[in-house]
Amino acid sequence: MKRDLLLFACFLLFIMSAPQFFAGGYLMNVLVFVGINTMLAIALNLLLGYAGQISLGHAGFFGMGAYLSGIMTTTYSLNPWIAMPVAAVVVGCLAGLIGLPILKLKGHYLAMATLGLGIILFIVFNETVDLTGGPSGLSGIPNIEFAGIVFDSDVKNYYLIWGVTLVVMLFSLNLASSRIGRALRAVHDSEVAAQVLGVNARILKVQIFALSAVISSLAGSLYAHTMTFISPASFGFNFSIELLTMVVIGGLGSIYGSFLGAALLTLLPEFLRGANDYDIIIYGALLMVMVMYMPGGLVRGFPDLFRKIFKKKAESGHA
Amino acid sequence: MNFKIISVASLLVTMLFAATVFAAAPIRIGALFAVTGPAAFLGEPERNSAKMVIDEINKAGGVKGRKLELIAYDTTGDATKAVQLATKLIKDDKVVAIIGPSTTGETMAVIPVAEKEQVPLISCSAGSKITDPVKKWVFKTAQNDALAVGKIYEYLQKTKQTTVSILTVSDGFGASGREQLKIQAAKYGITVVSDDTYGPKDTDMTAQLTKIRGTHSQAIICWGTNPGPAVIAKNARQLGIKTPLFMSHGVSSKKFIELAGEAAEGIKLPSGKVVVADQLASTDKQKKSLMAFVKDYQIHYKAEGDHFGGHAWDAVMLIKNAVESGADAATAIRDQLEKTKSFAGIGGSFNYSPQDHAGLGKDAFVLVEVKNKDWAIVK
Repeated sequence: MKRDLLLFACFLLFIMSAPQFFAGGYLMNVLVFVGINTMLAIALNLLLGYAGQISLGHAGFFGMGAYLSGIMTTTYSLNPWIAMPVAAVVVGCLAGLIGLPILKLKGHYLAMATLGLGIILFIVFNETVDLTGGPSGLSGIPNIEFAGIVFDSDVKNYYLIWGVTLVVMLFSLNLASSRIGRALRAVHDSEVAAQVLGVNARILKVQIFALSAVISSLAGSLYAHTMTFISPASFGFNFSIELLTMVVIGGLGSIYGSFLGAALLTLLPEFLRGANDYDIIIYGALLMVMVMYMPGGLVRGFPDLFRKIFKKKAESGHA
Repeated sequence: MNFKIISVASLLVTMLFAATVFAAAPIRIGALFAVTGPAAFLGEPERNSAKMVIDEINKAGGVKGRKLELIAYDTTGDATKAVQLATKLIKDDKVVAIIGPSTTGETMAVIPVAEKEQVPLISCSAGSKITDPVKKWVFKTAQNDALAVGKIYEYLQKTKQTTVSILTVSDGFGASGREQLKIQAAKYGITVVSDDTYGPKDTDMTAQLTKIRGTHSQAIICWGTNPGPAVIAKNARQLGIKTPLFMSHGVSSKKFIELAGEAAEGIKLPSGKVVVADQLASTDKQKKSLMAFVKDYQIHYKAEGDHFGGHAWDAVMLIKNAVESGADAATAIRDQLEKTKSFAGIGGSFNYSPQDHAGLGKDAFVLVEVKNKDWAIVK
């Protein structure tokens, strides 16, 4: 327990000191998106990594959060502080309602159902032109204001986004090591066994699905208020897959892994930009290598790698 | 002895450094194009054209002795990426102006960044809301959809056709066209009798066309970019629809004629003048620019220059002209851009003013018809 707290404190220090090194550059802007993606990866990881339920529709919840917040603050001039929780509650209720029937499905069928959900939401963003502005997007979304500070620069947004992300992280870490976390893992391993042991697997799955959607919606709202412009293209099927990749590359069932995955997938394209037209090929190859040689994700892969190198050195030292 | 050599050598080195400092630093221009992804048909020719024209300017000795340096990034058509890259261009690469992005969505996302950081942005996308209302730092070179719609309606009015069916694609381009088609109809005494849409990836539109056939409208107007409109042209032929078919400027490239084949014959559409450059009267102010652009593009890329590439060509030339009149920093370039008068580019004759950052009039478009697998101006 103490070790966990210490780890989180170190992480907090690491995140909060980052602007000292990057402030002023564009990397600051990318780090804001690392924060948003971390939140989304954690949300999906709670569902996929802990409860073992796949979702290919999370970009849809992310988009709903962004659009609900965006529409309420522009068309109806509500305060973002009211719009964000309202959006989260609406998305949570919707996810709960949909979750009830579709979480009875398993494996590929659940993947298909959530995929369908994501695509339906994407079509809604595109086609309800009067409400969402359609494919050309919704502009003029206000920045968030708190105690007289308008969050309109990258550095300010960094602290805002990461502040929320850290709270989400702490909450998820707690959840994961609580009774609920253990119940989730039990459902992951064997739903029947979990039920025999007195876990209401059906309700638990719906609850975690709704929670995951709520966090995604929150990330969406924050995205809308930092970008001040949203268009459906950002919430398509591709993004759902990208989120899934973040979770898998980072490490299933690890909150810090989600951060690593989100950070890697958000930053990697930026570093590969120097390779011009070949960046996509290198990007793909790197992902393949990582999945092949670090099946447990970055969070377990890196320590393993170090151990191997260290072990080899020790052996050669003996000889 | 040794000391002498060292001192001379160090003097030479210092001079060398001094010389590189005195040879004025290049003027850096940023560019954001969707070179890959769904909008690659816009981004690729745009990037090619921008590269081509900047290379040529530099070969000719640059502008006022200073070279231009193009820093182009691929946005993949993603608004989030466009914003990140715009920030990168401004903060890390320290560019004096940005060309692009390619799509209206990305442009709308980048506008707040350009406005806040006070860097002129010359968008290559068509959406009229980019410059309406006018934003201090934002200009555009692509023709407004409103002008294209006006061109078709003018022709319909002249030929006394009063009922139309519209069929638009459900993306940014189609949505904007649909809006303009409905708004402007009344002004030309035209009634829109049916209003249908199709998805960007649809491969069969017979359902919509069958419905349209039932309305007995006098003209069908389709608004989309390749390959949808080619499918519509073929479907219409299969269904034996004889109603005249109009398309948007979104398909005014040879690619469309290739895709639609025989079915393209007789289709009319408003287009930038670039596709009919050689047919223009020699009195046309744009003719010189157009011919040069088409020839250059053919030499460099062995392909037909289209009006998408032309948007980037225009943007680079507008910046070049601004630099020529003495501006080399963001603010001065913006002020000079706003003073641009009758610059005959690829997209049309540009006249910017504090009230108008789109700068084009109806003469930017000509109505063309597909005849013998080529474009012909409709007189």
